[in-house]
Amino acid sequence: MADAAISVEGAHKKYGGTQALSGLDLQVTRGTVHGVLGPNGAGKTTLVRVLATLLRPDGGRVEVAGHDVLTQAREVRLRIGLLGQHAALDEELSGRQNLEMFGRLHHLGARHARVRAGELLARFGLEDTGRKAVRHYSGGMRRRLDLAASLVTDPEVLFLDEPTTGLDPRGRTEVWTAVRSLVGGGTTVLLTTQYLEEADQLADRISVVDRGRVVADGTPDELKAATGGDRIDVVLRDAGQLGAAVALLPVPAEGVLVDPDRRLLSAPVTDRMAALSGVVRALEAAGIEAEDVALRRPTLDEVFLDLTGGDERTTEAA
Amino acid sequence: MTTYETYEPYEPHKVAGGPGTRALSDCWTMTRRELAHWARQPVRVLVGLVFPVMLLLMFAYLVGGGREVSGNHVHHLVPGVLVLTMAFGLEGTMLAVTQDLDKGVIDRFRSMPMANGAVLVGRSAADMLQSALGLAVLLAVGYAIGWRAHGGVAALLGAVGLLLLFRFAMLWIGIQLGMVAGRPELVQAVQILVWPVGFLSNAFAAPESMPDWLGTAVQWNPMSQTATAIRDLLGNPGGEPGHLWAAVAWPLALIAVFFPLAVRRFARLSG
Repeated sequence: MADAAISVEGAHKKYGGTQALSGLDLQVTRGTVHGVLGPNGAGKTTLVRVLATLLRPDGGRVEVAGHDVLTQAREVRLRIGLLGQHAALDEELSGRQNLEMFGRLHHLGARHARVRAGELLARFGLEDTGRKAVRHYSGGMRRRLDLAASLVTDPEVLFLDEPTTGLDPRGRTEVWTAVRSLVGGGTTVLLTTQYLEEADQLADRISVVDRGRVVADGTPDELKAATGGDRIDVVLRDAGQLGAAVALLPVPAEGVLVDPDRRLLSAPVTDRMAALSGVVRALEAAGIEAEDVALRRPTLDEVFLDLTGGDERTTEAA
Repeated sequence: MTTYETYEPYEPHKVAGGPGTRALSDCWTMTRRELAHWARQPVRVLVGLVFPVMLLLMFAYLVGGGREVSGNHVHHLVPGVLVLTMAFGLEGTMLAVTQDLDKGVIDRFRSMPMANGAVLVGRSAADMLQSALGLAVLLAVGYAIGWRAHGGVAALLGAVGLLLLFRFAMLWIGIQLGMVAGRPELVQAVQILVWPVGFLSNAFAAPESMPDWLGTAVQWNPMSQTATAIRDLLGNPGGEPGHLWAAVAWPLALIAVFFPLAVRRFARLSG
């Protein structure tokens, strides 16, 4: 694919005794933000490490910015930026020392490396950090510097591996704002996350990864639409009547989620209006009091559980 | 208002210099990184220099006990402490390597278009510099407590050369072990083991005074070869001619084994 910034076909990687990638396929269009969503251990980090030339795939074809990660690693490295799960910074040095060092290692030359470091510090609001060593930075500052470090060369492709894990809400918003501002510049971003909200907020397309393979692929809306369509939520006055209510519903029993704490049951529906009036009538006839009945689109959470964790779902419904 | 010089956009195909120039520049950048760490933590550097001096003084005045310090003992002792200090450098290197690998910054280095071995070159340059400083301090303190070299300047420089060669071998063993261990906690095990191995040499004791099997092991210890050779060069007791070749060959052999192992391991490292 000519306009693919990342092209992965049948990638395999055995890592730490498990098959971390088993035939993963992925195409990411230039200039887009692509979310890779999956539970812990799904293979997200392995994928990023393979793409960033840190791990060699056992099989398959992996190309980044038009270059093969195995045979043209240097060409790939010239064009990528990496923001890993843990800060990839020299903690003993200051922010400026870090950025200048990375600039020199990208062979910008001493003067350009210095200019670039100043620009990035200003852009990420870190110009007042002076000589302070990075280990004294707050979590949010460290993450911002880490992001700045991965942007030293304005890379064609940027990998963000769970960029907001461990950040407070303010730090998370800061990172989100920074990521959004990048996309305008034409950078392709591959973002892994466990947070559905993050993928929903930032990504143009999402690949849901489970057990080393992509199990679903599409825009956030497409994914929501693909799984069950609309849902009806019913909140009862008395949690003890939930079981009886489930039996009465004029919808198939599989796919019904029950949450006793919130006295809530939630079911997928096909015909919205028929389901709404049917549910209301059935409850009334049985004398079960409802506090709230509402139709809604599925959340990405439900899509995610549906695609990756049949097990979690049964536990929740039980 | 702050103004910034305009940054010229980075173009991968326009990177300055050939592969050789770039590799040299990378090695220098990584060495500068280590020196910047020194500047941040002068106390740590100082402690590294003071520790062998403390060993020397302890052996001279405490363990040496009743023996006359200015006599034969100190002439035998100083070369021993010099060799032991070089050997103990191994754990310093190993600790630094594991600490570095433990940090995410290595991932960033490895995802950059830099010379692969530059990180290791920076490490070795810094460690060799620290060891050379350590030798200078030890020689000065040794001189102050009465030790003398009797072989002339060329022989003294030769002895320093042998010591640094031995240190260089320890450096690559330390780098390899550090990568194999992977975690700083495992360094403790090596830190404990370095002591018996260090003392299983003729640095302080005479192999003739030991049981046969132990004496043989001690004489085969590369440390002993270096110690005997520098004692000979320095005109100090315990020296024997004819050990020079072994004092050169042993470290070279160790380097020939561990240098490629370490470079290969680093290139294939996956965290």
